[in-house]
Amino acid sequence: MSRHTDQFLEMLGAAPKKPMEISDEARQITAFKYHDNARFIQEQLQAQAEAASAPSHKWRNWRWATLVAVNLFFVLSYRLDIQLLEGALTASRFAGFHLIDLNAALQVMLAHKHIVINLLIGTLTVFLLWVMLGGRTFCSWVCPYHLFSELAEKAHLALARRGLVTDHAFHRGARTVFWALFALLALATGYTVFETLSPTGILSRALIYGPGLALGWVFLLLVFEVFWSRRAWCRYICPIGLTYGVVGSVSPLRVSFRLEPCLHEGDCRKVCLVPHVLDVTIKGRAAEANTALGPDCTRCGLCVDVCKNGALRYEIKGIS
Amino acid sequence: MNAPDGKPGKPRSPASSEKARRARRVFMRSTGLAAAVLGISLSGYLPIVGGRALRLRPPGALDEADFLASCIKCGQCVQVCPVGAIRLGDIDDGFGIGTPYIDARAQACDFSCDVAQCILACPTGALTYHKPPFLPVRAGMALSSPPTLKAGAQVPGAILNLKERVGLARLAHPGRCLAVQGKGFTGPARGNAFKGKMRYLDVDRWKPIPLRDHPYERALCDLCVTECPIADAIAMESFAGEGGERHFRPVVREQCVGCGVCEMVCPVEPAAMTIEARAMWRRVEQ
Repeated sequence: MSRHTDQFLEMLGAAPKKPMEISDEARQITAFKYHDNARFIQEQLQAQAEAASAPSHKWRNWRWATLVAVNLFFVLSYRLDIQLLEGALTASRFAGFHLIDLNAALQVMLAHKHIVINLLIGTLTVFLLWVMLGGRTFCSWVCPYHLFSELAEKAHLALARRGLVTDHAFHRGARTVFWALFALLALATGYTVFETLSPTGILSRALIYGPGLALGWVFLLLVFEVFWSRRAWCRYICPIGLTYGVVGSVSPLRVSFRLEPCLHEGDCRKVCLVPHVLDVTIKGRAAEANTALGPDCTRCGLCVDVCKNGALRYEIKGIS
Repeated sequence: MNAPDGKPGKPRSPASSEKARRARRVFMRSTGLAAAVLGISLSGYLPIVGGRALRLRPPGALDEADFLASCIKCGQCVQVCPVGAIRLGDIDDGFGIGTPYIDARAQACDFSCDVAQCILACPTGALTYHKPPFLPVRAGMALSSPPTLKAGAQVPGAILNLKERVGLARLAHPGRCLAVQGKGFTGPARGNAFKGKMRYLDVDRWKPIPLRDHPYERALCDLCVTECPIADAIAMESFAGEGGERHFRPVVREQCVGCGVCEMVCPVEPAAMTIEARAMWRRVEQ
């Protein structure tokens, strides 16, 4: 099977595979890298020390600024009556053009079984937008729950370091099961069942139209993530992430991995929401000199920030 | 799901059986998670079957089940309403979370936007002028002709293309009605603390003002009749009392769309006139 197919299956929950065959180029790079093993280890330690002493937050800061700006744009557009971006993240109108969240659109189409033209236009517009911008880029650069969840993750990791909590992992395939379940429920019941729970929709509406009881549910989710399971909602449940992941599988914008400068310290996998996409950074797992990360990657840039050797970077297929 | 990695033909090492145990634990835990999330999400049914959330929907809303199916919960209808009549359901509305409704007593839809902006704003057709052909019209919900806005009297053809009502006004408590009691009314309809707004043609054609800034003086209270934005939807009728004396009462007509203005302006507390959400037209006992 092609690497593309493998990466897609990994997004659905399959365990990452070791490559069947490794290209000559990759083999040469590896041989050259470990030619002087003492020096390699020395460099590895140096890189780790550098990453720890002078952490970079360049992409994270850009991303947080973008996430806040997008959500603030919604809020101010309504509160100040600018009418430039009307609606919420589930559906909106930018300067009159319909924008519809792909997962919300899917739920409505399945539940209602009727598609009005504006719904179709808005869905196609957003589909093209995220094909260009990288699918799950929506998750890390726009979704308000992602930001709160990142903060909860920091709390979780701080507690875990002190041995107060441990991460209870679930099977990643659960998200695929949830995606199918919520689609079937919408189809069978005629209600957009998932929207009742969606912290993305709840938070977006709460920011724009004012808080409500639903925030209690979001709070419970965050508590669950702090004390029980790291990033549980985004990793194991949220069908929005999978919907955008599928879109991202055909996107030219992604993070790519270059084997040559990599020292295999593994810091990137520690900060990653979806570490299976970084399986390629493990020693001996890269089949090519340059590998694009799989569609489940949210293009959040935490690995780009943490990698001091420039092995991980943003790439636009056909341009970079 | 996570099959143990033990190679066939070899006896299992302690490490691989530990791995298998861990995989089994993760699987059980994941099943538990699926059950929990499914249970929680289906609890959204409860407010629906309990009929607890019998909400008055904005004009042009599809029948409740279709409305809940098609509403994408974005609140664009909220944003365009000039009087801020539309609110969004919370999580205690279950599947109705994020869907628009109108609390008519607090703020009714007075059609001061003239065209039902909320319908034009709706991206999914949950609020619509043109119901898709496969959705039947419930008997008693159809309006015999498109309702005419009183405000449009100057502008010929200013009709709302509404084909169905979203509710029906009813003189639920005739005993409280000032007109029935033969009483007049003076002052702001709902007191000075009331925040509700309405558009008054004689004040400002375009800008709604708070009710409290527009006091009334009526020898016989007829606010529900005069303030109704729809032509021929409600009228004051006289009837003979037991002793042959003349009495009055407001009578709702078939053109009523259920906007709720009569409920909002009704000066008695609680209101004599109320909107029944999703109620069908019937020749009432009134």
